[in-house]
Amino acid sequence: MKFSEHWLREWVNPKVDTHTIVEQLTMAGLEVDGTEAVAGQFTGVVVGEIIAADQHPNADKLKLCQVSVGGEITFQVVCGAPNARVGLKAPFAQINAILPGNFKIRKAKLRGVESFGMLCAEAELGMADQSDGLMELPSDAPVGEDLRKYLNLDDTIIDVDLTPNRADCLSIAGIAREVGIINRQAVNAVEVSPVSATHEEIFPVEIKAPKGCPNYVGRVIRDVNVSVETPLWMQEKLRRAGQRSIDPIVDITNYVMLEIGQPLHGFDLEQLAGGIVVRMAEEGEKLTLLDGQTITLSSDVLVIADQSKPLAFAGVMGGEHSGVSSNTRHVFLESAYFNPIFIAGKARQYGLHTESSHRFERGVDFQLQRKAIERATKLILSICGGQPGPVTNQSDPEQLPDTIAVKLRASRVRSLLGLEISNQEIAELLGGLGMVMETVKEGAWVVGIPSYRFDIRLEVDLIEEIARLYGYNNLPSTSPMAHVAMTGLPEDKVTLRQLRRLLVAQGYREAINYSFISPELQKLVEPEVEPLSLANPISADMGVMRTSLLPGLLKALSYNLNRQQSRIRLFEVGQVFLPKGDTLQQPQMLAGVVCGLRNPENWTSSSDKFDFYDCKGVVEQLIALGGKVDQFEFRREVRQGFHPGQCAALFLKDECVGYLGRLHPQLQKQLDIPEVVYQFELQLDLLTQGSVASFQEISKFPGVRRDIAVVVDQKVDAADLMKIVEFEAGELLKDLKLFDVYIGKGIDPNRKSVAMGLTLQHPSRTLNEDEVHDLMTRVTQKLEERFNAILRK
Amino acid sequence: MNNLESLLASALEETATAENIQSLDQVRVKYLGKKGEITQFLKTLGALSADERPAMGAKINEAKTQLQAALNDHREKLQLAQLEAQLAAESIDVTLPGRIESLGSIHPVTKTIERIEDIFQKIGFSVAEGPEVEDDYHNFEALNIPSHHPARAMHDTFYFNAHTLLRTHTSPVQVRTMEQSQPPIRIICPGKVYRCDSDQTHTPMFHQVEGLLVDENVSFADLKSTIIDFLRAFFGRDLQVRFRPSYFPFTEPSAEVDIEWGRDSDGKVRWLEIMGCGMVHPKVFDYSNIDSEKYTGYAFGLGVERMAMLRYGVQDLRQFFENDVRFLEQFN
Repeated sequence: MKFSEHWLREWVNPKVDTHTIVEQLTMAGLEVDGTEAVAGQFTGVVVGEIIAADQHPNADKLKLCQVSVGGEITFQVVCGAPNARVGLKAPFAQINAILPGNFKIRKAKLRGVESFGMLCAEAELGMADQSDGLMELPSDAPVGEDLRKYLNLDDTIIDVDLTPNRADCLSIAGIAREVGIINRQAVNAVEVSPVSATHEEIFPVEIKAPKGCPNYVGRVIRDVNVSVETPLWMQEKLRRAGQRSIDPIVDITNYVMLEIGQPLHGFDLEQLAGGIVVRMAEEGEKLTLLDGQTITLSSDVLVIADQSKPLAFAGVMGGEHSGVSSNTRHVFLESAYFNPIFIAGKARQYGLHTESSHRFERGVDFQLQRKAIERATKLILSICGGQPGPVTNQSDPEQLPDTIAVKLRASRVRSLLGLEISNQEIAELLGGLGMVMETVKEGAWVVGIPSYRFDIRLEVDLIEEIARLYGYNNLPSTSPMAHVAMTGLPEDKVTLRQLRRLLVAQGYREAINYSFISPELQKLVEPEVEPLSLANPISADMGVMRTSLLPGLLKALSYNLNRQQSRIRLFEVGQVFLPKGDTLQQPQMLAGVVCGLRNPENWTSSSDKFDFYDCKGVVEQLIALGGKVDQFEFRREVRQGFHPGQCAALFLKDECVGYLGRLHPQLQKQLDIPEVVYQFELQLDLLTQGSVASFQEISKFPGVRRDIAVVVDQKVDAADLMKIVEFEAGELLKDLKLFDVYIGKGIDPNRKSVAMGLTLQHPSRTLNEDEVHDLMTRVTQKLEERFNAILRK
Repeated sequence: MNNLESLLASALEETATAENIQSLDQVRVKYLGKKGEITQFLKTLGALSADERPAMGAKINEAKTQLQAALNDHREKLQLAQLEAQLAAESIDVTLPGRIESLGSIHPVTKTIERIEDIFQKIGFSVAEGPEVEDDYHNFEALNIPSHHPARAMHDTFYFNAHTLLRTHTSPVQVRTMEQSQPPIRIICPGKVYRCDSDQTHTPMFHQVEGLLVDENVSFADLKSTIIDFLRAFFGRDLQVRFRPSYFPFTEPSAEVDIEWGRDSDGKVRWLEIMGCGMVHPKVFDYSNIDSEKYTGYAFGLGVERMAMLRYGVQDLRQFFENDVRFLEQFN
């Protein structure tokens, strides 16, 4: 909420400067977003009157004006503004005036004619961002008067960003109340007294939705003159609160709203048929609003209607035809209380946000309606004239909020704030807020809450008020006392930190991508998975929730390749979103993408590129952290997005942990990636399952190493060969290394040579040559049988 | 006798001038070998009288010993020289770069989260996590934000349908924790959160860390101390911290926390809003079936990217999610 500091000071005027008021408000929980001077820095500008305006002899678009500042002498001024005309009163910067930007006015010659000063537009005085002509001052503006003084321009606009609970401060009255409390100073509230009716005419009001509108106050004012101009003082206060002047009735209703917090609406009585009906809209009913747009109402919207049609979107905006216009003769004024639940979210549903909806959805003082209509009546009579009728009031006390009394215990105040505060001090602080403290017993009260503090309902609300008034920064600060209970430290879990550090040691950089990606990319990478779609994505290319981390990583890889990076290793940890029927799984994944050289460029390194086995090596290291390598198994896999001949699935027992391999060359092309890419994606909860180390006695007897090389068909998987060797060698096998694979000269072109080294060892004795020889023979025979292997000599 | 002396003299001379091990060996063979000239001298003993023999024998042995010692000394010298020559030949350029896998990097958001976790784990907090696709109940309702609440407008929620949404804060993890356990509770909840908002200072996804402590007799004074200590630990200096009354539906009293961040030209402290906190609202306890008379608690929440920006001097929030290697590599 924006307001003029001068306006506030009319209500309460503590002897502190603007900066201090701002600081006080902020520290009381009414955060000041900013302050702004009402006008720029200028001097020497007075109210001028144009008493002659002739065509400039040498320029079509310029006028030659004679400006009076009240004395005998008039000033010749060359002016280009389209609205420069005889009789207009406008700001006049005299010779030697200084305008914002330290711009000094001097005698000048424009197209051969001398000009003694400058007529000003609002923008030139720092009162608006732009203007399209001279600022037009009221016809009763005193000619010659200093403009700053006349318009009261040495004022500051204070912009307070109120939290939703402090709707009581959405008015000068509310802000003044807070400033008064902080400075322990009385507030000079505006006097409001009932205005007597001069006739008996009333306009009937029927409330069909008393839950939505528990209180409706109305009044007919006949014979108003809407052609008068809103007085300058009111226009200026409105302007400083960010409101444009529209017509005197609208200006007055806005003014009362800003002044005391009650939104009001003025209807053109002659446009209303039969009587006011406050009801829920009929589904599909149409209403053309003040701003010209026609909306289709749904049945959960509260409307103000007459006997034939909806007139206004209750609490949000009036209708186009029923409002006050320049033809209006008689006004029906509305001052109502709407239940916040009926207003909340409704404006937003229709893309609207008004000063009125902002207040009603947060709450308005439910005892304010009559006071507001009396205040508005008084202002209308004084500005537009007219004949007031009696005030009518339709109200359903059952549906109105209760005046609340809240129990408060001093002990609770002290324990929740950790503050030693006396009962007396508590009572004083709350009393200052207008709370009625009724002592039940020593240190316990029933606190009567004024209707304007409708946000206070609970004991803790009162405790917050005490804390706020005491000053958060004056409250004590003490280290918390806690039960020192130990938490477990499971050793069979690999931590995410370990996994991350291992990848970092391998040269991988951690990336973080958005969890939503474009549906096209999703479809390209995982066409078989139907992703979860956002109902309101921020943009089309962030429309679906990722089902894999790989699309984001591939995009990041591509982004970097386009920025002169060639050796890229990225990884990411994050949730993916997998719809499974009616449920959604959100497993945490760990994924990586790699392209470029195996080793960083170095004077000693080779120019080999990263390949499948580098990728697998990283995954093997990750699983090695858990110490359960032998429970994992890599299997050939054909999977969308992967090269069909270079993809493996990783299994932990029977559960699939994830996949690794080369990005499918076709997909690589579609993603416009010029390099071969390897990728892996693993399910974190399976990867982090480790085991506690279990020590095996080290054999004191020497091990024996035997190497064999067998020639087998190229299609035979190494893993199958090794499985057979492991099975046949049994417990004596301490280690098995596959140390060579050879394809080429000297070997059948369809076959390959695989060389393995077996380390054999007995736990309690030295193996003899015969045993070793027998074992090796068994192994070789089995390989021959199973894979048609030929022992290579 | 003169003969032996001159022989020894020339043998010593040749030893001293031998340039390498081979020529030294030749000197040894020449004088001390089986047919060496000094060895030969022993054979002449037989021709001497029994009286002369011992003295002469002693002289010859002394000459042999002397020569052997000289040979040994010189051999050592030569070997040392040889080793030195070899070592000199093996000298390499130690300034050439080593052969390593260059280190990767941890994302600054992760680094920041880990740092915050570490600070709180030291006083007994444990880390809790939860789903990012949440239901309306856990994200709003159970946090005292009913459907008509104006605070919902501040959240700019991404929806999937009327009940399912992307969590707008990590507070639902607090709710889930309170549903599953009774006090004392001390948790810290890091994670991704989502708001339908994107501009220079907002990204539609960002990270939060929330903390929750529930126990008997927890007070606002405890909260203040925890926050002040944490901020000083995180930034590594005794910065000024101030608390401003604010509003969150799930805490009361609620506060915004500002830290001192530089000074204006007139010396006034420039305050920077850094996090929100407050005492857990009794209604939040009611939703999760925790006795709000017996227990009190505090909660706080902060934006990880903001902390990372301040800590590491990052200016543009969006850089956190571009994954530009030139950005990432600065956070080893």
